[in-house]
Amino acid sequence: MNRIERQFKLLREGRRKGFIPFVTAGDPDLASSLEVCLKLADLGADVIELGVPFSDPMADGPTIQRSSQRALENGVTLPDVLHLAADFRRRSEVPVVLFSYFNPIMRMGCDRFAKSARDAGVDGLLLTDVIDSEAAAISRKLAQNDLDLISLVAPTSTNERLSAIAKNARGFVYAVSRAGVTGTQGRVSDEAKKLVVRMREFTELPIAVGFGISTAEQIRDVWRFADAAVVGSAIVSQIERHPNEAVDAVGQFVRGLLPRFANQGAET
Amino acid sequence: MNHEPNEQGYWGEYGGRFVPETLVAPLDELTTAYFSYRDDPAFQAELSDLLKNYSGRPTPLYFARRLTESLGGARIYLKREDLNHTGAHKINNCLGQILLARRMGKKRIIAETGAGQHGVATATVCALFGLECVVYMGTEDMRRQELNVFRMRLLGAEVRGVDSGSRTLKDAINEALRDWVTNVDTTYYLLGSALGPHPYPLMVRDFQSVIGREAREQIIEHEGRLPDTLVACVGGGSNSIGLFHPFLNDEVRMIGVEAGGRGKEVGDHAARFMNGGSTGVLQGTRSYILQDEHGQIVATHSVSAGLDYASIGPEHADLHDTNRVEYVSSDDVEALAAFKLLSETEGIIPALESSHAVAYAARIAPEMTRDSIMIVNLSGRGDKDVNQVQGLSKMHG
Ligand SMILES: Cc1ncc(COP(=O)(O)O)c(C=O)c1O
Repeated sequence: MNRIERQFKLLREGRRKGFIPFVTAGDPDLASSLEVCLKLADLGADVIELGVPFSDPMADGPTIQRSSQRALENGVTLPDVLHLAADFRRRSEVPVVLFSYFNPIMRMGCDRFAKSARDAGVDGLLLTDVIDSEAAAISRKLAQNDLDLISLVAPTSTNERLSAIAKNARGFVYAVSRAGVTGTQGRVSDEAKKLVVRMREFTELPIAVGFGISTAEQIRDVWRFADAAVVGSAIVSQIERHPNEAVDAVGQFVRGLLPRFANQGAET
Repeated sequence: MNHEPNEQGYWGEYGGRFVPETLVAPLDELTTAYFSYRDDPAFQAELSDLLKNYSGRPTPLYFARRLTESLGGARIYLKREDLNHTGAHKINNCLGQILLARRMGKKRIIAETGAGQHGVATATVCALFGLECVVYMGTEDMRRQELNVFRMRLLGAEVRGVDSGSRTLKDAINEALRDWVTNVDTTYYLLGSALGPHPYPLMVRDFQSVIGREAREQIIEHEGRLPDTLVACVGGGSNSIGLFHPFLNDEVRMIGVEAGGRGKEVGDHAARFMNGGSTGVLQGTRSYILQDEHGQIVATHSVSAGLDYASIGPEHADLHDTNRVEYVSSDDVEALAAFKLLSETEGIIPALESSHAVAYAARIAPEMTRDSIMIVNLSGRGDKDVNQVQGLSKMHG
C-alpha cells in the first residue's frame, strides 16, 4: 500500500475528510517551500501538492502564474523540485503529489523522472495538460515505480469519459470544480457536486475537489459531497503577500481554517 | 499518400491533444462538427462564395519580372496572398472557421494574434456576421503592430493586452486558452495557425490549402508545368502548409523559412529546427519547440511578430523529420533587405513575415538555372510594418 492509499484509508477509518494544500516549489525560494510544506504537514495536511514551475502555465490563473514565474526567476528546475521532495520526505510521511505540465517531465524523460521521483519519496504525479488518451506511456512508467498518475475530471467530461478515466485512475481522482483556470472564487459551484456524484458511479477511489477553494466554508461545502478539498491559490497568495514570513503567514491562514476542520471532520 | 493525421491528430509522432480535461469535450464537439462539414457541399459552396466575393480570390500568381531579372536565376512567381481582403492569408482560415462557429451556434469568438493579421481577419469576419469578438495580443506585439490594434478596434473587436511572459504570440495563445477553458459553453476559439490541439492543425491546413490548389492550376496555366521550388515563411506554419500541401505528392522542392532573428544563440531567434529546438509539448500539441535543458520554453526573437513563436505546427515537424520539406532561416537583417528589395523592384511592399521568404528566395534564385520555376508565397502586405521599419531605419541611420 503506498502513502496515498494509506492516508485515505486512515481518513476513511477516522470518518474524516481530507485537506490537500498546494504550493509552488521554489516560491519564494526552495528553503522556504520546504519549511512551508513541513508546516502544512504539521497542521494536518493529508496530501501535499507540490507545483513544478513552468514558463507557460495555460491552465493557471494569475496567482499561480506569478508564483511559477517567481520560482523560475529563482532558477528552480525539476531536479530542484525532486530534491525538495526528498528533503521533505526525510522529515515527514505525508504523501506528496507533484503537479506539473508535461513538458518539463518529457524533457527529463518519463523513465528517468519516474525513477528519480520514486527515489525522492514522491507518491504521485498530476499532469494538467495530459488527458487519458495521451497518458499510456507515462502512466506505465509511473506504475512500474509505484507512483500514481492522478487523473483529473471536469464538469465538461461526459459520462463516457468519466468511465474511461476511472478505468485507469489510481490514488485519488481530482475533480475540477468548474470550467476555468486555477484561482479563487466566491462559492463552490453546484457543478462540482454534480460532477462528484457522476464520478462516484464509476470509481471507488477517493475524490478530491479543487480549483477556487479558499475559505473554511467552501471546504465544508466540499466535504459534504467529496473526500477531500484542495486549497491552492489562496495559500500561494499568502506566500506572495508575505514572502519573508511565508511559513508564519501560511500557518496562520491554515490555522484559521483548522478549528472548523476539527468540528466538521467528525460530522460525516 | 494522403497526408491525413491519424484519429488522434498525429502526423507521425507529432500532434495530438495536450490540454486540460475541461477542453476535451469542446474539442470533441469541434472535431465532430468539422468532419461533418468538411465535405458538405453546402458548407463548401458558402465558403467558396465568400472567398471569391468577399475576399477577392483567386489571388493572382504574379510573375515577378524585375525581381527575377535582378537576381539572374530562377523565374520567380509570387502568390499574392497580400491581395486578400485584410491583406494576408489569414482570412482564408477565418472565413472557414467562422462558418463552422455559426453552424455550431457559438456567439462569442476569441482569438490570439501576433502580427495582428489574424486578429484583424477575425475581427473582420465577426463584423461580417455580427458576432462578439475578443482578441488577445501580447503588449510587445501591440507596440510593434499598433496599426493593426487600431484596425481591430475599428472593426468592433475588443483587444486585450497580455503582459505575461515575453508579451508576444505565445503568451497571447496562453491567455486565449485560459479564456476558452473558462467560457467553453458560449465561446468559439478561432485559432490562427496550423497549431494547437487536434483538430486545429488539420482544419487550418485544410482552409489554407486553397493557396496551393490555386497556385498549382495557375502555374500550369502560365508555364505548362509544375514549379521546381516553393518557398514560404513559417511562423506557426499556416501559409506555408497551405501552399505546400497540394504539392506534397509531386516532385517539387519545398522550403520553409523560419525567423533567424539576430543570431544563432538560443533566445535570439525563432527557428525551431535550429539551435535550441527539440521535441516537446506546448500549447496543446507535440512538436518541435524552443526550450532549455529543463523543458522551460525559452524567449524568442524576430523582427517580425508573426514569426516570433517558440513552437511550430505538428505537420511541419513530421515533414521535417521525413525530409519532405527543407527548413532554413532568414535573419532580421536579410528580411529587412528583402522588404526593400521587393518594394523597389516590383512596387510590392511585403509583410515582414513574408519578407523572410523573399529573402531566402533571393539567396537561392541566382544559383538556379534560368528556366527553373520558383513560387514564393507572399503571405501578406507590409503596410502594417511601415512604422516599425521606419523606426528601425532611423535607429540604424
Ligand atoms: C503576413 C503573415 N505571414 C505569415 C505569418 C506567420 O504565420 P503562419 O506561419 O501561420 O503563416 C503571419 C502571422 O501573423 C502573417 O501575418
